Amino acid sequence: MNNKEALIPKLGIITDIRDETPDVKTFSVTALNGGVVFPHMPGQCAMLSIPGVGEAMFSICSSPTNKEFMEYSIKKAGVLTDWLHLAEIGQQITVRGPYGNAFPVEDDLKGKDILFIAGGIGLAPLRSVINYVRDHRENYGEVDIVYGARSADDLVFRKEIENEWDSKNGVKVHLTIDREQEGWDGNVGFVPGFVKSLKFTPDRTTLVCGPPIMIKFVLKTLEEMGFDSTKIYTTMELRMKCGIGKCGRCNIGSKYVCKDGPVFRCDDLAKLPDEY
Amino acid sequence: MLKLPVSKMDELFSLINSERTLYMPLEKNSEICFDKWSSDASIRLDKLNTVKSPKDFFFPASENIAAFKTKGKEIIMDDIRSEIEPFALFGVRACDAESFNLLDLIFLNDKDFVDTFYESRRQNGIIITTACNEPEETCFCNVFNIDAANPGGDISTWIIDDTLYWNSLTKKGSGLTEKIKKMFEQADESEIADHQAKISGVINKLPFKDLSLDGFTGEALIEKFSSNQWEEICHTCLSCGTCTFICPTCHCYDIQDFDTGKEIHRIKCWDSCMYYDFTLMAHGNPRTSLLERFRQRYMHKLVYFPENNDGAYACVGCGRCVQKCPISMNIVKVAKALKYEGMK
Ligand SMILES: Cc1cc2nc3c(=O)[nH]c(=O)nc-3n(C[C@H](O)[C@H](O)[C@H](O)COP(=O)(O)OP(=O)(O)OC[C@H]3O[C@@H](n4cnc5c(N)ncnc54)[C@H](O)[C@@H]3O)c2cc1C
Ligand code: SF4
Ligand code: SF4
Ligand code: FES
Repeated sequence: MNNKEALIPKLGIITDIRDETPDVKTFSVTALNGGVVFPHMPGQCAMLSIPGVGEAMFSICSSPTNKEFMEYSIKKAGVLTDWLHLAEIGQQITVRGPYGNAFPVEDDLKGKDILFIAGGIGLAPLRSVINYVRDHRENYGEVDIVYGARSADDLVFRKEIENEWDSKNGVKVHLTIDREQEGWDGNVGFVPGFVKSLKFTPDRTTLVCGPPIMIKFVLKTLEEMGFDSTKIYTTMELRMKCGIGKCGRCNIGSKYVCKDGPVFRCDDLAKLPDEY
Repeated sequence: MLKLPVSKMDELFSLINSERTLYMPLEKNSEICFDKWSSDASIRLDKLNTVKSPKDFFFPASENIAAFKTKGKEIIMDDIRSEIEPFALFGVRACDAESFNLLDLIFLNDKDFVDTFYESRRQNGIIITTACNEPEETCFCNVFNIDAANPGGDISTWIIDDTLYWNSLTKKGSGLTEKIKKMFEQADESEIADHQAKISGVINKLPFKDLSLDGFTGEALIEKFSSNQWEEICHTCLSCGTCTFICPTCHCYDIQDFDTGKEIHRIKCWDSCMYYDFTLMAHGNPRTSLLERFRQRYMHKLVYFPENNDGAYACVGCGRCVQKCPISMNIVKVAKALKYEGMK
């Protein structure tokens, strides 16, 4: 019997759980005998499940350069994610993937000045790219990260951002939150306006991730600033079941987000019907 | 080509059934469906379309794909896959036979992600088609270059008066024929030519035979998608999903876990893009309106599928949706309503 069936998962084990925000936790996952469950490229996703509870798609937010474990940052949103938030270290889960395309870290992004723009948990898929770029720093030009959330408490990976990313290796991080908050001396305001005020030159290759509404406004702002849509990438999120372009669920026009995405170049996205 | 008197068909079926389980259209509880043949079954080869297409022999309405037990934090995964027993379908119509080639494009063509459940059923199933003596007014297979007088599959058959004609088309078909050859006499293709011409004559009089799908291409995607016709044609749709379940080419599925009390079964089961919760997510739903869901089904069949599959439409003209939709909406009406959209 052919056991290469894509729908049949592998087993993994949760080896670490970190609180990021009140409703986001980052889970480290390894294969039962250690190491990553499978290799991946930045931007790809995996289906995680607890049998009997549910199965759902998550971005692999660790970099492929991390060969010891995979990471997933998961927001509480329903049955499975609520369950995972109550799970403890040592909990086994099922994992299948990797699914989808990836950010073009080895071609279009190479040698370029890169601008990352993220909102909320949208930093999760970009974290994989950011750490990949940091681990191969010599292959890329200037790197800026603009990241915003509702409040300071909703910023994910905050320790890593402050201790690892910012100002090291010529990576600059620009944080913003929606409303004034005690103890916050950084920028206050929405991401699109903040991007505009930072006056990036439009020759940057840009990666945008976040809630659909934020993506729409950021893209509009970038267009106004003269950015070229062939150099802007974003990721899409639609309901998924199979992850392999067969269950018919995640299409935008004739593209399946699970297979042809989740990463789309914005000029390609613009050719698709506005149904996402 | 081979032939056999119709009076010997029972004997033939019994012989095939001793080789592999045989299914064909049978009448049960006043419904005609593909079911297991037995010598006392009520065979209905006169009826063209079974209620559901025989797609569930390859893509079952519900299929167990994995089983799990949980013990504390531990998960134990059981391999529950069983070998598929060899089987044969007799009396498959040309349209339904072609639908399997379309499903192959989905489930088999992407070498990285072959659906191995479907694959093993395809490998173990032999499709014996039967030409349609009297295509009905809801049939429009000819629109998709399917010839009801010359059906595909592994073996094609013609029932002409009191003779059954038999022609193997594939290696699998010849393999079966080899084992049962002793029952047949040689025949010549010219013997069925008149009959085939008669069928073509019937097809030429069918009301939808001239349905044109010119202009339903990827290039016209945005125009067809944005057509103002959708509002008009969708508004009485009940979102009942009948059209998707009876359609031989619809392939959407869901994956759900079911706790049997003893273990957890992961089940792959048919689903319908006509349902509201099909695309529902924690942060919203890209297809909240009836229009969007209705449009999805027809855009998929007439524009998205051909764009991804070298122009092949995801319809074989079986006419089931024409017969069964409670509000009499169907792909023919949709294609006609959208015809001029995107045509330059
Ligand atoms: C490509 C991709 C990448 C993703 N990456 C991440 C990531 O990195 N991190 C992350 O946190 N999330 C990510 N997500 C989102 C994640 O998949 C969802 O949050 C997850 O599916 C929620 O699962 P759940 O079982 O917890 O919720 P569910 O219980 O499935 O519920 C989700 C919502 O839908 C509703 N719902 C679901 N089914 C039904 C139904 N049958 N009837 C009525 N209502 C229903 C629920 O009420 C709820 O509001 C990603 C999604 C995709 C597609
Ligand atoms: S088109 Fe007809 S069969 Fe299909 S969902 Fe609507 S009412 Fe039901
Ligand atoms: S869309 Fe209608 S006519 Fe076409 S294959 Fe499906 S059920 Fe048959
Ligand atoms: S998740 Fe099934 S087609 Fe994309």
